[in-house]
Amino acid sequence: MIDYESVINHKIKNIKPSGIRKFFDIASEMENVISLSIGEPDFNTPWHVREAGITSLQKGSTKYTSNRGLTVLRKEICAYFERKYHVEYHPESECLVTVGGSEAIDLAMRCLISEGDEVLIPEPSFVCYNPLVQMADGVPVAVETTEEDNFKLTPERLEKFITPKSKVLVLPFPNNPTGAIMEKHDLEKIAEIVLKYNLFVISDEIYAELTYNNKHHISFASIENMRERTVVVSGFSKSYSMTGWRLGYTLAPKPLTDVMTKLHQYAIMSAPTTAQYAAIEALRHGDNDIKKMRDEYDMRRRLVVKRFNAMGLNCFEPEGAFYAFPCIKSTGLSSEEFCTKLLKAKGVAVVPGNAFGDSGEGFVRVSYSFSIKHITEALKRIEEFLKELNEEKQHET
Amino acid sequence: MDKILSLLRENSQLSYSEIATMINEPEDYVEKQIKQYEKDGVIRGYRAVIDYDKVKNSGARAFIELKVQPKKDTGFDEVAKQVMSFDEVETVYLMAGSFDLLVRVKGESVTDIAMFVAKRLSTLDGVLATNTHFQLRTYKDSGMVLFDEENDEDQRSIIL
Ligand SMILES: Cc1ncc(COP(=O)(O)O)c(C=O)c1O
Repeated sequence: MIDYESVINHKIKNIKPSGIRKFFDIASEMENVISLSIGEPDFNTPWHVREAGITSLQKGSTKYTSNRGLTVLRKEICAYFERKYHVEYHPESECLVTVGGSEAIDLAMRCLISEGDEVLIPEPSFVCYNPLVQMADGVPVAVETTEEDNFKLTPERLEKFITPKSKVLVLPFPNNPTGAIMEKHDLEKIAEIVLKYNLFVISDEIYAELTYNNKHHISFASIENMRERTVVVSGFSKSYSMTGWRLGYTLAPKPLTDVMTKLHQYAIMSAPTTAQYAAIEALRHGDNDIKKMRDEYDMRRRLVVKRFNAMGLNCFEPEGAFYAFPCIKSTGLSSEEFCTKLLKAKGVAVVPGNAFGDSGEGFVRVSYSFSIKHITEALKRIEEFLKELNEEKQHET
Repeated sequence: MDKILSLLRENSQLSYSEIATMINEPEDYVEKQIKQYEKDGVIRGYRAVIDYDKVKNSGARAFIELKVQPKKDTGFDEVAKQVMSFDEVETVYLMAGSFDLLVRVKGESVTDIAMFVAKRLSTLDGVLATNTHFQLRTYKDSGMVLFDEENDEDQRSIIL
């Protein structure tokens, strides 16, 4: 018998399995579960984009592309980024097409971090940063964001966690799971700290197209002096509803793009070819699709936020992504208790906030990437659940 | 199309307050608009979308093409009105193309519908020819997919 424990790399062993796995195991065994837990768009990829993928297959475009990605695609990405966020990148040397934003994050981490470097990660946030930092021999440092600050990263908090070893700052805005965004003046204050301590930034802007209340996304790279110390990570998953195509990209100064390309070329070769052809179509003719989906999310967002507040679960107004992050502290339950009870009593699945870092404790993540009908049914059940909780409590006293 | 109408078309059970929240308008504005639509006959009713394939004894349904000789003064209206007046007839459209009226008919059985076409529709004054298509299965109705393929929503990745 092989002792696999002794074979497996110690870093991956030390990475904690996601604590909420067991929670979803319960969910998968129950019937009539209605979920608001999933973090991907519910729309299909727009038809004309799918068709472009199909056409590329029919033409037989089934080979590897250049390591960096199709030239035309990189041109379109750079043109798009300049048009929307007013930062210029050179398609030949500053853009790399990756397997989702996920690979882009991994590449950026592995190419920037040396052993012992500290990586500042605002929390609550997306679950991949921490493990990827660890695998890259870095040390993740959680920087708490709070509801009082609208879950924005503030310079004061950030500065508190800076040490001589601080190297990289992750900027995950618009944020999964809070829905927080950073406005220009917020970013400018962060930029001062970045300069003061000579940090590098991985700006995960994958939800850039999904902001509301007319607050257009501001790219961190567009802030003065930041382009040269930023890797922008973005992709097609959220904006064009293309999660399964696995396509993303980085935009970064040439020396960084070069090393990320080197790693990408050995680990991946090239991003999926069919997806790259579809993405060209998305960038060229997809603005209207984005708008339609954004408008739809916006309606759901208003509905969800209002209903939570009306139920007595204080819910800060998210202005980005497709999540609401209501506070459940008033119930006296922990996030996991709340989610497990809700699941068992009403068959509604939402994600405990602490899955996104300790500072998410006391909150739950509710995704509104579901139809209105689905959302209203789930909200109705949550409302019943809260009523019953209250009655239980009164009974006890 | 107006946002209120498109929301109601998707789901007529939304309350004034839900619609108001979603489109960021006051509730009384939404209520007034909807009442106006009802008054003006823009909104003609609210009904359930039923998947007949799942209902026992729900009868049969057919689409019938009618070729019609238009009348000098009234065109197709007169025949259309006569067709409309049968209880069996659910919808009547005037069409451009190789026939004139498209009629959706429901009946207790296929024979029932066939008899109705033979005895009532084809004998109408002005009807030149009929062509009956029986409906076998509904995949989609009123924008709603009724054909439940195995649902792979559960496979959407969970935490991320
Ligand atoms: C904040 C954030 N970044 C990156 C990703 C990765 O997306 P993908 O690899 O599909 O581009 C996700 C997916 O959920 C996310 O929420």
